[in-house]
Amino acid sequence: MDKTILKVQELKTHFFTSYGTVKAVDGVDFHLERGETLGLVSLSIMRLIPDPPGKIIAGKILFDDTNLLDLTDEEMRKIRGAKIAMSFQDPMTYLNPVKKVGEQVAEAILLHQDIIKEDAKEKTVNIMELVGIPSAGSRYNDYPHQFSGGMRQRIMIAIALSCNPDILIADEPTTNLDVLVQDQILELIKELQRNLNTSIIMITHDLGVVAEVSDRVAVMYAGKVVEIADVMDLFKEPLHPYTQGLLNSIPIIGAEKKRLSSIGGVVPNLIDPMPGCVFEPRCPKAMESCKTRPIMKEINGRIVACHLYE
Amino acid sequence: MDPLVQAKNLTKYFPVEKGPLSGIFKKQDEVVHAVDDISFHIDQGEVFSLVGETGSGKTTTGRLLLRAIEPTSGEVFFEGRNILDLYANEMRSIRREMQIIFQDPYASLNPRMRIIDIVSEPLEVFSLADRRDKREKVIEVLKNVGLGSEDYLDRHPHEFSGGQRQRIGIARAIALKPKFIVADEPVSALDMSVRSEILNLLIDLRDQFGLTYLFIAHDLSVVNYISDRVGVMYVGKLLETSNCDDLFNEPLHPYTKALLNAIPVPDPVTRREKLKIEGSIPSPIDPPKGCRFHTRCPFKKEACSRDEPPLVYMGDGRFVACHEYE
Repeated sequence: MDKTILKVQELKTHFFTSYGTVKAVDGVDFHLERGETLGLVSLSIMRLIPDPPGKIIAGKILFDDTNLLDLTDEEMRKIRGAKIAMSFQDPMTYLNPVKKVGEQVAEAILLHQDIIKEDAKEKTVNIMELVGIPSAGSRYNDYPHQFSGGMRQRIMIAIALSCNPDILIADEPTTNLDVLVQDQILELIKELQRNLNTSIIMITHDLGVVAEVSDRVAVMYAGKVVEIADVMDLFKEPLHPYTQGLLNSIPIIGAEKKRLSSIGGVVPNLIDPMPGCVFEPRCPKAMESCKTRPIMKEINGRIVACHLYE
Repeated sequence: MDPLVQAKNLTKYFPVEKGPLSGIFKKQDEVVHAVDDISFHIDQGEVFSLVGETGSGKTTTGRLLLRAIEPTSGEVFFEGRNILDLYANEMRSIRREMQIIFQDPYASLNPRMRIIDIVSEPLEVFSLADRRDKREKVIEVLKNVGLGSEDYLDRHPHEFSGGQRQRIGIARAIALKPKFIVADEPVSALDMSVRSEILNLLIDLRDQFGLTYLFIAHDLSVVNYISDRVGVMYVGKLLETSNCDDLFNEPLHPYTKALLNAIPVPDPVTRREKLKIEGSIPSPIDPPKGCRFHTRCPFKKEACSRDEPPLVYMGDGRFVACHEYE
């Protein structure tokens, strides 16, 4: 069996708005291996499934050697939810407030699996137990507002896992949660992965969360992946100046208290990015050659898009 | 020297909203125990932080210190005076000395007002600026927060980034040159790369104007960076107060230990052994008897579900409320 389960090549997704074309994802490459957790560090500009104003302009998303972009809507529906599932940042927006929680979990099962309603209910209760919801049988009939924030996030994960997907995309799963609950959810995700061998793409801006759960990390900036590395290497020796800036700007408990450095400047407008390196205007190490766009290159087993390493 | 701000046995209960049928179904009036008999002080020039999970009463405490809401019982002293005894006109002059910075820079600035009007409003309320010298004075204030350009004055909030908006919110708070500022989660709505700028700005302003902060946050790494002393809150109670370094090096209360233990460390080498804390924060309407943390505490003893532990002095300015230390 091929180790790589998902391969994204030269992906470009643009959003057409009345202000101009927003180049949200602009030529992105990465791959995901079976059973691994890939952390995507980005400042909230990652969308894998485009909405109406958006369009995938170019690139390939290879899932087990099938290019998802060649599939019809009908075929894609069979993969979405069943093979590749997503959990979202804000469960209160995502869950239907007037529908029983159990029915919302069962919905995906009924849609993708050929089973009758009673069996689906039983399966739902099992999954709710699996994600750590106490007395799942009776909570099946509760509504989202009767759950706490952490429990709602567990429901989201239960929906995403209900059909045993090969890939789980978790979009900021712990961002609005308190630290103790965050810890519980991260533990849950790690445990589920050990038991179910799901591959996970974890989208987050929290470097602590990244360090905690990821095997490899892709750092995104302004629609581009600027660095991909093993999590140990990334934190020990970040290569891209943006990654270095990020790691220097966060306060670390236990470290010597010195003044935090900051990157300075703001994230560029994605409608009209400059022709050169996207990070060049904020980069402390910018050089003349940065006016041309650097490409992703492998250097000593590390992948980085920066002219410093050419 | 007297502390700048002092809270004594401060308590705030909010009545639970009654519906038309509650007289039939509820036996007695229910209250939310938002803040329940807490005492602490903040020294001149100090950054005192309150940490705790959502619903632990941090923001209510901040609002009580400013007398933005009236406590159910207890006292608040500002420069030695009990501000709860003051009449409205006396209170008004004290309000100049205390200001607040809000969490969400998108919601706390009026979208229809220009920056000059937002920042000059407190000055005008106290007749410290008129139409002629308003521009000058506002530029002066904005310079302190790194936005000192004539161009910014006539713009509206939507033309600024989140970090810049929070700078405007800070400018409004320091416009009156207050002594005391409640900073309620001032960086939690901001992107990682901007947080450090705002934290550094808050520290610079303290040094420049001799400010004293009550800093409210749930992000412990931020608290560790900015604080001199820290108070840990849980369901309306103060469980531990300590100087910042001791708290993070050697936490005393099991809840503090659990909080520190749960922070994801941005260093993959130190994926550590976990202290398992089950469940979530109990309801403040019907808080647990005895120690409020006993329902989740891994070191629970028999006394914990029966008697409420008092806050006891542990030396080095540290206090803890836990039966383990009596």
